[in-house]
Amino acid sequence: MTSPNRLFGLGAAALGTALVIASALPSSAAWEPTRPVEIIVPAGTGGGADQMARVIQGIISKHTLMKQSVVVINKAGGAGGEGFLDVKGSRGNPHKLVITLSNLFTTPLGTGIPFNWKDLTPVAMMALDEFVLWVNAETPYKTVKDYIEDVKKAPPGQFKMGGTGSKQEDQIITVAVEKAAGVKFTYIPFRGGGEVAVQLVGNHVNSTVNNPIEAVAQWRAGKVRPLCVFDGKPLAYTDKIAGDKAWADIPTCKSQGLDMEYLMLRGIFMPPGVSKEAVDYYVELLKKVRETPEWKKLMNDGAFNQTFMTGADYAKWVENEEKRHQGLMKEAGFLASGN
Amino acid sequence: MEEIANLFHGFAVVLQPFNILVMVVGILLGVIIGVLPGLGGANGVAILLPLTFSMSPTSAIIMLSCIYWGALFGGAITSILFNIPGEPWSVATTFDGHPMAQQGRAGEALTAAFTSSFVGALFAVVMITLVAPLVARFALQFGPAEKFSVYFLAFCSFIGMSKEPPSKTVVSMMIGFALAAVGLDQVTGQLRLTFGFTELLAGFDFLIAVIGLFGIGEILLTMEEGLSFRGKKASINPRVVFQTWAELPRYWVTSLRSCVIGCWMGITPAGATPASFMSYGIAKRVSRKGHNFGKGEIEGVVAPETAAHAAGTSALLPMLSLGVPGSPTAAVLLGGLLIWGLQPGPLLFVEQKEFVWGLIASMYLGNLVGLFVVITCVPLLAAILRIPFSIIAPVILVLCAIGAYTVNNNPFDIVMMLVFGVVGYVFKKCNYPLAPLVLAIVLGDSAEESFRQALLGSQGSLTVFWSNGLVGTIMVLGLIALFWPMLHTAWSRMRAAATAA
Amino acid sequence: MIDNPHPASGSGPSQRLVEIGVCIFTGLIGVIVIIGSLRVGVNWGVEGPKAGFFPFYVGLFIVGGSIINLLAILLASRSEALFAEWGQLRQVMSVVIPTAIYVSVLTYVGIYASSMALIAFFMRRLGGYGWGMVAAVSLGVPIVAYLMFERWFLVPLPKGPIEDFVGL
Repeated sequence: MTSPNRLFGLGAAALGTALVIASALPSSAAWEPTRPVEIIVPAGTGGGADQMARVIQGIISKHTLMKQSVVVINKAGGAGGEGFLDVKGSRGNPHKLVITLSNLFTTPLGTGIPFNWKDLTPVAMMALDEFVLWVNAETPYKTVKDYIEDVKKAPPGQFKMGGTGSKQEDQIITVAVEKAAGVKFTYIPFRGGGEVAVQLVGNHVNSTVNNPIEAVAQWRAGKVRPLCVFDGKPLAYTDKIAGDKAWADIPTCKSQGLDMEYLMLRGIFMPPGVSKEAVDYYVELLKKVRETPEWKKLMNDGAFNQTFMTGADYAKWVENEEKRHQGLMKEAGFLASGN
Repeated sequence: MEEIANLFHGFAVVLQPFNILVMVVGILLGVIIGVLPGLGGANGVAILLPLTFSMSPTSAIIMLSCIYWGALFGGAITSILFNIPGEPWSVATTFDGHPMAQQGRAGEALTAAFTSSFVGALFAVVMITLVAPLVARFALQFGPAEKFSVYFLAFCSFIGMSKEPPSKTVVSMMIGFALAAVGLDQVTGQLRLTFGFTELLAGFDFLIAVIGLFGIGEILLTMEEGLSFRGKKASINPRVVFQTWAELPRYWVTSLRSCVIGCWMGITPAGATPASFMSYGIAKRVSRKGHNFGKGEIEGVVAPETAAHAAGTSALLPMLSLGVPGSPTAAVLLGGLLIWGLQPGPLLFVEQKEFVWGLIASMYLGNLVGLFVVITCVPLLAAILRIPFSIIAPVILVLCAIGAYTVNNNPFDIVMMLVFGVVGYVFKKCNYPLAPLVLAIVLGDSAEESFRQALLGSQGSLTVFWSNGLVGTIMVLGLIALFWPMLHTAWSRMRAAATAA
Repeated sequence: MIDNPHPASGSGPSQRLVEIGVCIFTGLIGVIVIIGSLRVGVNWGVEGPKAGFFPFYVGLFIVGGSIINLLAILLASRSEALFAEWGQLRQVMSVVIPTAIYVSVLTYVGIYASSMALIAFFMRRLGGYGWGMVAAVSLGVPIVAYLMFERWFLVPLPKGPIEDFVGL
């Protein structure tokens, strides 16, 4: 821990980016970035997308996967609309990436901001984030059926569902659950996933649809209980997490009679009008990122769905997903007036 | 006492030479980040987070938390010297700190600010060491209604104390609320008050407003008075630190009160900003020198700084034990913990003893090192005021512009900064108080949000704010604070009547 | 606070006039806020207040407060107090105007070049320093800022053609 090398590494990283840049001679082969690459995060510091962007930044600099440095910039205003508009406006800039979450679809639909994913160039899908239905561990509900039955018995709106943000993924899932089960929740938006989890532990809400990483600590401490996962198949992670339970032991919601699937895109896009060579460069770069132990650890900790897609497959997936969001948001009445 | 044994083990971890070095580097980086407006603690920690990937989690968190302490210390420097608070919780420090600097007492103000910060942080760390699990349970009690009551209390204890005409205070504060409302409404996910301008999507950041209102406004006022920067007389007195230290114990009551307020606000978690405003407001009311607050009273520096640091430090407790960040910076640290594979939550204290107690030990030592670093700089910092105004003013303008830009990477913010500057100048000359405006921008959003979350939960019934002992008590305290001047008058009249009879 | 720091020796805009202007300004903000709130709904829905509920009342308070302030000025006895003398205002404008030019060209010219110009102008014009000193500070500050923000903290600042030319 006290190795002088490491110390030197720190100092060099902090002070000597100049050296790295100075030594970056232009290569004659394929396209390569010639100045620092910005990753725009259309969300605040500390959230899931921000974390992922900074992990990517850290991995690239630690393993020197790129000669230029990576800069992470948060543009959270207007549910991320600010960040997307910035990328949309940087036509042809090959030194800019944007990491997306579901607000790629929900923000333009819900707020009417003039933006569509087609304004961007798809690069790669890095992973898909899972959602799990959680209840407080002190409650008697062991299965989705127990819970939904009680919700049905109570007057509509008495059960409270906590989630992150408004008219975004958590609320969309809530509405879809309501529709699938024929019940009515009161949805309460909070600012971050951690806060949502604690509101559930403190019994201020009855259930949540947190991502695995947001609630795992409370689960392991025996404070919350997962009922089902909103994926088509159970999660792939079989390490024991809480007592004798692993992520893989959580049944899918579909198998529990709640016919509903939802996964959130963690993907990388670029501004419109960039060259194919630049896109290819970043695809290769991100492939290398995915091979590192740090990335694998992040996937493991967050129980991510590790689907990787690029090119036409990716664009097709995004297109389908957009249609689905449009449908879901329309049914929920979340579309901004004028859409 | 298992905790004490753990703590000593923690000290052993922290005292490794590499970790001490990491600590000093962190503090220095933090002070620089705190001094540069715009690069606040949250930004700074986020920017430096990837650098720590090659360290062990313990060293990394020591580094990042020391950046955090450094930024907390650094925030006070620009507040006192140039009336530019780099962080929301330093706003209250400007009220008395900057007048002191103008009177040539910058050294005193800086010493008081740094020392109080240290005391506040120390108090909070001791509390974390001794009662961590208990405190975590207390924090769980706070749902939306309870949070709103805390914001309500913060507002109530701060307003109603300005000397300006009430109607001007109301206008000023309401403009702050209106500015806070611009952008995305968190509860409904709707855009409001943007009128289709994409520049307004992000709303008005607090920092843009204070850099303009306070920093630029101050430069304009100085220009009007003819270039003389009033701190010019400031003598460089190396003994000022010790002289101020001799004076500080007199304010132990204020200090203790501020520590308690700070810890409470940090845990709930409402954060350091309401803590600093509340502590300043209460000190102003109960202090014998209260009438002199705002004119350069050292107690007016002690109160907010102590509370801000107590809150900033204790905010790390709910983060570690529950996974809820008590401040934006804590949110970034939380992200860091997750990246290193540490899951903040109830089990962290059990499973990651070395890490947790190493961090707690680093809080003790980090703050001590931080105090040492900044205190030695006091004479140097005070000397900055001797630089002629025609050099320092354009440099401040440039740094403010950079700061305004870096908040959201939005050039429009720089334009708004200048607009706020002119507004600040005119408002000040017309006797409109600026502090309520800033308080409203900082807390308006969160207060409205928790109010509406509470009402969503209660299905629109206002009784939720009296529904249990905790929220009811805080609301009543708020009302008492609001009507304190009247209650106080009534009380003294009754006493006078009793003595007469 | 600064009630009347300037004995009416010179001439300038009266305090009264400026205060009236401020009331109109704040009143206008209030009206804008009210209009904006009406657009998103100001009612109290079944699930608590809508997005425009708070801003609407905030707007009403601003308009109300502004009217009270305006009445207070109009009803008060006319005072001769000055807001500031013209000479003083000229001083203030000598900061505001260059800064306004600075912020408006900054995105096109780039922050480093325009900062150099601003600092140089200030020191030369208001401080009357020699060119050596002017050059030292006006070059030094942007260079330090560049190293600190772009190189050290990896925060990109706006750049323009001059920065591109130098290759930053």
